[in-house]
Amino acid sequence: MAATTGPAVRPVTDLAAKRARDARRRRWTVNVLRVLFAVVWLGSWELTTRLGWVDKFFFSQPSEIVLRLWVWITEGTALGPLWEQVLVTMEETVLGFILGSVLGILVGVALGRIRLLSDVLSPYIKAANSIPRVVLGALFAISLGLDLRSKVATAAILVFFVVFFNAFQGVREVDRNLVANARILGADNRRLTTEILIPSALSWILASLHTSFGLALVGAVVGELFGATAGVGELIYSAEHLFDAAGVFAGMLLLAAIALIAEYLITALENRLIRWRPPVATETRI
Amino acid sequence: MQPAIQLRGVTKRFLTPSGGIYTALHDLDLTVAPGEFCAVVGPTGCGKSTTLALISGLEPPSEGEVEVFGKPVDGIAQGIGYVFQADAVFPWKTVLENVAAGPRYLGRTGKQARERARDWISRVGLAGFEDRYPYQLSGGMRKRVALAQSLINEPRILLMDEPFSALDVQTRSLMENELLGLWSSSAASVVFVTHDLEEAISLSDRVYVITAGPGTVKSSYQVDLPRPRNVAEIRFQPRFAEIYEEIWNDLRDEVLVSYERQKRSGAA
Ligand SMILES: Nc1ncnc2c1ncn2[C@@H]1O[C@H](COP(=O)(O)OP(=O)(O)O)[C@@H](O)[C@H]1O
Ligand SMILES: [Mg+2]
Repeated sequence: MAATTGPAVRPVTDLAAKRARDARRRRWTVNVLRVLFAVVWLGSWELTTRLGWVDKFFFSQPSEIVLRLWVWITEGTALGPLWEQVLVTMEETVLGFILGSVLGILVGVALGRIRLLSDVLSPYIKAANSIPRVVLGALFAISLGLDLRSKVATAAILVFFVVFFNAFQGVREVDRNLVANARILGADNRRLTTEILIPSALSWILASLHTSFGLALVGAVVGELFGATAGVGELIYSAEHLFDAAGVFAGMLLLAAIALIAEYLITALENRLIRWRPPVATETRI
Repeated sequence: MQPAIQLRGVTKRFLTPSGGIYTALHDLDLTVAPGEFCAVVGPTGCGKSTTLALISGLEPPSEGEVEVFGKPVDGIAQGIGYVFQADAVFPWKTVLENVAAGPRYLGRTGKQARERARDWISRVGLAGFEDRYPYQLSGGMRKRVALAQSLINEPRILLMDEPFSALDVQTRSLMENELLGLWSSSAASVVFVTHDLEEAISLSDRVYVITAGPGTVKSSYQVDLPRPRNVAEIRFQPRFAEIYEEIWNDLRDEVLVSYERQKRSGAA
């Protein structure tokens, strides 16, 4: 019998259970350390400002920031109800993100497909990419006014370049074998673009969407700083004018929350759009 | 009778990345009759894949003529199936979508294409796997998908580039037998590239031996083994051994030349 051939043979279930136990213990350790980190960090911040070692005026205080958020939630901000500010910023971000992504994909795929176009335009694109594009926000504030459009435009221009470069690269890096196969099977140029090049570029494009949503948020907030009547950026701006450090920190917290939610949504979108890829190794491990 | 494929005095040169010119094929003559199963053997790098690329129209010849059914090849022609050396099934399409791609590209409706695809999927023994993505299949199964994908368009010419070289021995002879079955019920001419002489003889009617690069035809042999064949058993026939020895005498020299070159360029 196989079980009697050596002492090293152990039941498989035993090993699996041990591995599961180890994994659980490790997760637990990580979570405990995370909480501990937050406690030490926030606690020392609170303590040093209370003891007066660090100036509360400049650095605020965790309890004050939480209080400020609470007041904003329950009583509203100087600009109106809090949810309205969040919604305004979200709207600018999402619209800018969509506009920038769509344009980026279209132009990226077109330039990736049409060699002449990319050869002609490449120096201009390099030049445009090297200027710090947030300053365009100032231009948009002048030309498009202080309403939604200037923020959407600022967000979109930031998103555009990231998505564009990835879409372009994705089309260029397509597996030559797949293109040859599709052509042999009878695909025309349109089919080649929609069924081979774009799906192949999609993983590049999706990878860039994580970064570019962050940039859309930056664009929207910067746009608001250049002049606005509502939004989280404007909230931060007016807090800064009142030397209200707690207000600035509270605004930052809101932005972080928005970014985290978006990150979650984009990951969900990614998992839907590239089902054909093997799941990441860490997810399949027992 | 008009040949299905004819290459006359074909030379193919490539521009190397360093700006030089590399001659992959030199003055190559090759003829394949309609319905013939033809194998092309030669050492690695002798220009076998390049030959198929020329026949398919993916690459133009630098010199000489390439004709398919009497017409000069000019770009990719209809009626050609191509099973590539590397995996070329579309990773973002399911098995069903992969196999249905050809008919759809040729103008069938999605419904018709899927119906035909189902039929072909079961013919290559993949029924039940229609909704899998390629990454969920074994290497052998992916080759079956590639085969169905090429055959569904009912090509008059089937080009196969070392299709089974990455498979384990058992899967390989199974697939070889299935290929022969599928081929015999079609009227297609096949050009089957391999570096495995045993595989070449057991499958084909004719074997072309290509010289170490620049590739040209060194010799060609008629394989007069009876059909239908069972690939797993035909190797034990005395006639098989005779043919093998005869061709191997030619091929061995080329393999040695190629090997010496690799060794030298590796040492340099
Ligand atoms: N597109 C290309 N550009 C430059 N050299 C090439 C190209 N394709 C093939 N070659 C060269 O031509 C030779 C023959 O290649 P190939 O036909 O793939 O050989 P085989 O399939 O017999 O192994 C090789 O030395 C290869 O490096
Ligand atoms: Mg090859």
